[in-house]
Amino acid sequence: MARITMREAISQALWEEMERDPSVFILGEEVGVWGGTYAVTKGFYDHFGPERVRDTPIAEAVIIGAAIGAALTGLRPIAELMTINFAFSAMDHIVNQAAKLHYMFGGQMILPLVIRAVGGGGRQLGATHSQTPDAVFAHFPGLKVVAPGTPADAKGLLKAAIRSQDPVLFIEHATLYQTRGEVPEGDYIVPLGKSTIQREGRHVTIVTYSKMLEISTKAADQLAKEGIEVEIVDLRSLRPLDMAPVLESFKKTNRAVIVEEGWKSYGVGAEVASRIYEEAFDYVDAPIKRVAQAEVPLPYNRTLEQMALPQVEDVIKAVKEVL
Amino acid sequence: MEKREYLDLYHQMVVIRRLEERSAELYQQGKIGGFLHLYIGQEAVSTGLISVRRPEDRIITAYRDHGVAINCGLSAREVMAELLGKVTGCSRGKGGSMHLADVKKNFWGGHAIVGAHLPIAAGLALGDVYQNNKAVTVCMFGDGATNIGYFHEALNLSKVWNLPVLWVCENNQYGMGTAVERASAVSEMRQKADGYGMKSEAVNGMNVIEVREVSARLYEEIRNGSGPQFLEVITYRFRGHSMGDPERYRSSEEVKTWLENDPIGIYHRYLLEHQIASEEELQEQIRLAEEEINDAVAFAEASPEPPAEELFQHIYVEG
Ligand SMILES: Cc1ncc(C[n+]2csc(CCOP(=O)(O)OP(=O)(O)O)c2C)c(N)n1
Ligand SMILES: [Mg+2]
Repeated sequence: MARITMREAISQALWEEMERDPSVFILGEEVGVWGGTYAVTKGFYDHFGPERVRDTPIAEAVIIGAAIGAALTGLRPIAELMTINFAFSAMDHIVNQAAKLHYMFGGQMILPLVIRAVGGGGRQLGATHSQTPDAVFAHFPGLKVVAPGTPADAKGLLKAAIRSQDPVLFIEHATLYQTRGEVPEGDYIVPLGKSTIQREGRHVTIVTYSKMLEISTKAADQLAKEGIEVEIVDLRSLRPLDMAPVLESFKKTNRAVIVEEGWKSYGVGAEVASRIYEEAFDYVDAPIKRVAQAEVPLPYNRTLEQMALPQVEDVIKAVKEVL
Repeated sequence: MEKREYLDLYHQMVVIRRLEERSAELYQQGKIGGFLHLYIGQEAVSTGLISVRRPEDRIITAYRDHGVAINCGLSAREVMAELLGKVTGCSRGKGGSMHLADVKKNFWGGHAIVGAHLPIAAGLALGDVYQNNKAVTVCMFGDGATNIGYFHEALNLSKVWNLPVLWVCENNQYGMGTAVERASAVSEMRQKADGYGMKSEAVNGMNVIEVREVSARLYEEIRNGSGPQFLEVITYRFRGHSMGDPERYRSSEEVKTWLENDPIGIYHRYLLEHQIASEEELQEQIRLAEEEINDAVAFAEASPEPPAEELFQHIYVEG
């Protein structure tokens, strides 16, 4: 196993899948000549050529729409959205087309499509460019939504997404690209729709994913010094949502904090908390807490932006409140 | 044109240039964050275009908006303060570089989603028509923005409803790293207006006087009911798309050729050759611009951060 960055892990998955399967190709803004705005596809254009690494106009609806069409013919397109904020410009094609065609035509149409999108706040990009709207997309049946928090999961989930017969939205967090971790070489697959326990503990369960896994882990490290043992469940996939490890952990700790970067209202935390109440009510020893983004469009000013985003201290505070 | 007006155009272009150069430095020092899209090379476009607008005419643009803001009459102080995220900035430090605006000056903003402000521009013009205001809405956007659906929806509607919009495409040859011919089916952006039966023309964006003259005529025609028109301005972005652009997509020879067409240099020579101003007078303008930017930076640096309560202000009008 090599210790590589999230960026390298994603890049590796793409590269290996393109080498393995000629029906896999990439399209998106600045994926080719530029090498990807986050340098994920650096070197791809020279190696795979312009037919398989296709720079597109700035036109998100047709990027996703054309990817859907190509997928219907049996290809495996990977459509890159420069940021998830631009997914709103392709919203119809994502939620009204990609998520529905298979069902609506009685299973005839098959779209093995991956949409890669970079999300997350914290880089002073202002309100329209800093969103974490993962829950919005996870709302729609027919679409699979994954958001890895470690380099290994990024590689394994992306490979699974590319090989999947269903449309998958693969959400990468912009501030995780430099994060390092052990990543298995070669064919490493992490199945879609499987949550996992990232850290064992017995006092409280933190349910989280993506960037907030890092924040939650830091909080858990600090709490450990005070003798508080946190168990962390990483959802990894938001749809299908695998509650089994969450419930298993909760039945042991009887207390939960859900940490997400997006807004609290109608969010991932709301969903997970309700399911715990529905499925494990008898095990509840304290009201479940949610840590999430302040309910404001993110401001440019650095101090205000950081105030709005969930911080390690917020997680520690919430954990202490449920104990 | 009065001599004072000639000098004023020069002054504004130099102010923008200095503002952008200082911003780049402040970005390197970590005092400006996020994205920073510089207008260096394109100063003549907005300077010429906005110099002939009337106060009632509305201006709206994309995220490359610092120069447009200056031309709309925002002070260098409030622009610089916004870039530094200070509460004295035009958007109270909440918008940043891409979101400058001052609605009192009829500057309706920099907008960061490519093409998304074009439909809004149609609406601004609709508002004026509805209320019998004889105003023109000027909507500026890049070559790259002509490829997104918003552009086509907005142009079509503006023609169908005969809205008083001047669509201004700043063709700086690239949308990020993608050259026009790699992304657009036609090489002249103005050809896209044909599809909507809209009158269009092109102008050299490196010549502030030419831009000004064409603009003045188009404002008048639109004000008198011509309906929307399309102006393609041929220009070039001298710097990277934003900060940290590796610029692998263009050759240094190409950049060099365009640098020789520096809009400020061209205008400087024009003023001297036509004996409109002396070298000393132009140097004086440069000195004044320098002072203005020094003052703006000092002001911005000394300004307070937004207070914590600011985070929850302006989510709704009514709380
Ligand atoms: C809908 C959308 N897609 C992608 C982007 C990312 N993006 C920002 S600027 C830009 C290039 C725009 O090029 P152009 O319209 O020519 O303007 P220029 O930067 O040259 O002034 C891109 C792709 C965005 N902001 N919005
Ligand atoms: Mg451009």
